[in-house]
Amino acid sequence: MEETDAIFLWGANARDNHPIFFHHVLKGVHRGAKLFVVDPRRTSSAQWADDWLGLNVGSDIALANAMAREIIHAGLANEAFIKRATIGFEAYRACVEHYTLDYAERETGVPADVIRRAAFTYARADRAVICWTLGITEHHNAVDNVLALINLGLLTGHVGRYGSGLNPLRGQNNVQGGGDMGAIPNRLAGFQDWTKDVAVREKFEKAWGVPLKPEYGMNLTQMFDGMETGALRSLYVIGENPAQSEADQNRTEHLLGGLDHLVVQDIFLTQTAELAHVVLPASSSWCETEGTVTNSERRVQRVRKALDPPGNARDDMWIIGQIAKRLGVDWHDPSAKDVWNEVRSLAPMVAGMSYERLEKEGGLHWPCYDEQHPGEEFLHSRLWKDPIEGSPAPFSVVEHDPPVERTDREYPLVLTTGRRLDSFNTGVQTGGYTSPLRKGESLDISPEDATRLGLMEGDPVRVTSRRGSLVAPTHIDPSLRAGLVFMTLHFQDKVKTNVLTIDVSDPKSGTAEFKACAVRVDPVRAHHGAGVVTHSPDAT
Amino acid sequence: MSADQLVPLQASRRTVELTIDGDPVRVPEGTTILDACRSKGTDIPTLCYLKTLHPVNVCRVCVVEVEGSRVLVPSCSRAVEPAMVVTTGSDRVRHSRKMVLEFLASSVDLSATPDVEAWLTSYAARPERYGPAAPPVAAGERDSLPTGHHPPPSTTHAATVGQPVKVDNELYVRDYGKCILCYKCVEACGTDFQNTFAIAVAGRGFDARISTEFAVELPKSACVYCGNCIAVCPTGALMFKSEFDHRQAGTWKEAEQTVTATICPYCGVGCTLELHVQDNEIVKVSSPLDHEVTSGNLCIKGRFGWRYVQNRKAADNPRTS
Repeated sequence: MEETDAIFLWGANARDNHPIFFHHVLKGVHRGAKLFVVDPRRTSSAQWADDWLGLNVGSDIALANAMAREIIHAGLANEAFIKRATIGFEAYRACVEHYTLDYAERETGVPADVIRRAAFTYARADRAVICWTLGITEHHNAVDNVLALINLGLLTGHVGRYGSGLNPLRGQNNVQGGGDMGAIPNRLAGFQDWTKDVAVREKFEKAWGVPLKPEYGMNLTQMFDGMETGALRSLYVIGENPAQSEADQNRTEHLLGGLDHLVVQDIFLTQTAELAHVVLPASSSWCETEGTVTNSERRVQRVRKALDPPGNARDDMWIIGQIAKRLGVDWHDPSAKDVWNEVRSLAPMVAGMSYERLEKEGGLHWPCYDEQHPGEEFLHSRLWKDPIEGSPAPFSVVEHDPPVERTDREYPLVLTTGRRLDSFNTGVQTGGYTSPLRKGESLDISPEDATRLGLMEGDPVRVTSRRGSLVAPTHIDPSLRAGLVFMTLHFQDKVKTNVLTIDVSDPKSGTAEFKACAVRVDPVRAHHGAGVVTHSPDAT
Repeated sequence: MSADQLVPLQASRRTVELTIDGDPVRVPEGTTILDACRSKGTDIPTLCYLKTLHPVNVCRVCVVEVEGSRVLVPSCSRAVEPAMVVTTGSDRVRHSRKMVLEFLASSVDLSATPDVEAWLTSYAARPERYGPAAPPVAAGERDSLPTGHHPPPSTTHAATVGQPVKVDNELYVRDYGKCILCYKCVEACGTDFQNTFAIAVAGRGFDARISTEFAVELPKSACVYCGNCIAVCPTGALMFKSEFDHRQAGTWKEAEQTVTATICPYCGVGCTLELHVQDNEIVKVSSPLDHEVTSGNLCIKGRFGWRYVQNRKAADNPRTS
């Protein structure tokens, strides 16, 4: 990041949400790298940018495809790389051909010359990086958004080289590790697909001594749909607070409350735990237990126990082991290291990462196939081998598809959600410390809309979507453009932002469209008083 | 991995031969005199130097004599040159360091500065010869000193920067009676890492002080509470409120504390946190200077967001069996 020439933060406000990563971005910027920030809000990251591309929420594909068209027409596509290392370019070229600058300017709201400048800078850079986070993935077409960015990387050859690449910035310390370890419905540890690869299935069946059903599990969205149809009657939640973190909160609470059996294992009595039949007090995974986590760079690092958990709270691994014992299987209380060594024996990509090496080398990047392997700092270098190793990388044809919920006369504003520097998700953890920066939840609104509605800083407003309604104080934020309002979900106990959000999700990733729904903002007259209304005000 | 398998990441640098205290020393070009000295086991005191920050050469405690140089040179920033002849312990060097230490110790509270007692002894510094310390000024007085006006110096008391501790938020305190103006906090808050620019040096001469814009309280300033200034402060002028409160209560027991390295739970950057734990409670969080991801820096969440862990009381987890 420090030695690249062009950095795109696309739907990512790293200054607030990945502050130490942003230190490295700024080292690059001070060294002369161009920074482009693509975000509907003029965020604290955007304030460092050479160009801020303030696009309309959910028009990312229109922007990316228009950039691609500009790059192709200017002869800046990396034709040698495309020919050697990719497939599907002709279909992609045909697809982006109708994303003219005029069309893109209309759809995205970004001036045509800025789109062109971004495209040319990206294509001409010796090294260039695109980073994204939830601004790309919290949409009903999340995967298509990501594919649109990957297309840009393939078009210019900005993948698989030092200082060039495509980086999703992870939102928690072990999002990557959760996937690595198979805590996803369609892969086992090391991203191995037991339903398609017989050898993988046999390997795991042999190690675990049980037959594996050759079918995928459910993702979160499918689980809630299953609760709705009655197919899913029992749920075991570990370290997650879906009652507050999921979109369309009224529906979520209703579904969780209707389960036959809900078990919650958490360090706090969260809102979800309040609904549970059984609560298992757990320990804090990063300071009361031993183990590993994987960061956004695929660096596996050790977490260590510094504190004894309070009272009767127990290690997650111990709790799961005890449940196994009650179900008739004795795992003999393995240590974190024993479990890790089992993972190493089954997942080749981490086989070389012994605890001793992780200690000594301060973490290792996967893949790391054996004890001699140094780990790989970046992926996809295979595309630059001559001839390339493995199969060529495919271009994907993806079309602009705006957010599901459009604004209309009744709900004229777009609500987008996000996070602030000092708080984290539903605030269960960060609520524990007093931050001088914290001002509580507010409806952030542009000066133009505030003037139109006659709002002053701090005035209470009622925010209403087709699903719910709440009252929050106004915060006039000049980083917002007219038509866009912003809220967080950090103060769900006081202001339930997720009663507003829409539960439409990407069928491929299961992520809900937290980044866009239509709302109406009405000033609250003094005699109404401030409070939170969680029922749906209109029966649509 | 054995040494013969190591692949150099960049072209190897030429080496430079110089003489330090009469001994020939060979180091890669670009090395500072300080690092060259330390590589041969000669330590040199430093206050404003930190390996992760750009040197600002303000404390002058690391000066050495270089043959042919009219003035003493700061070893922390001067790069070695071929055939350089360096003397680290000449009378001139020792006298200069002694003066610096006396000026600092007579005007600043160095009680929380590591190593300084030993240096005062080894350089035979006598800060008391400037007289008893002048009493501390009232809160805010030094922050509002008019530019260019200096009352005549006292003939009976040593001038000091003594003033009350600034406690204006829940996360950290600023005790500028302990500030030696080493600039490290300004550097960490500025282009070296945080790029927030919440603080700078205001005033000139003895009136110089670290200040927020217009000397406003921290919560009204640009500060984002990353605590990266505290992490680099060498004198305890900047301190976590948790540590300050313990010290005030007389319950700060550094020798009994354990330090455990783990990974921050917030976001996916993977910052290493060193948890300083006393009586099963986190009292301070730092990050190693040589960590590739952080270089010793953290954000507000990593630095202060741990409190929820110990807000859980044993009673919240009743025995259920």
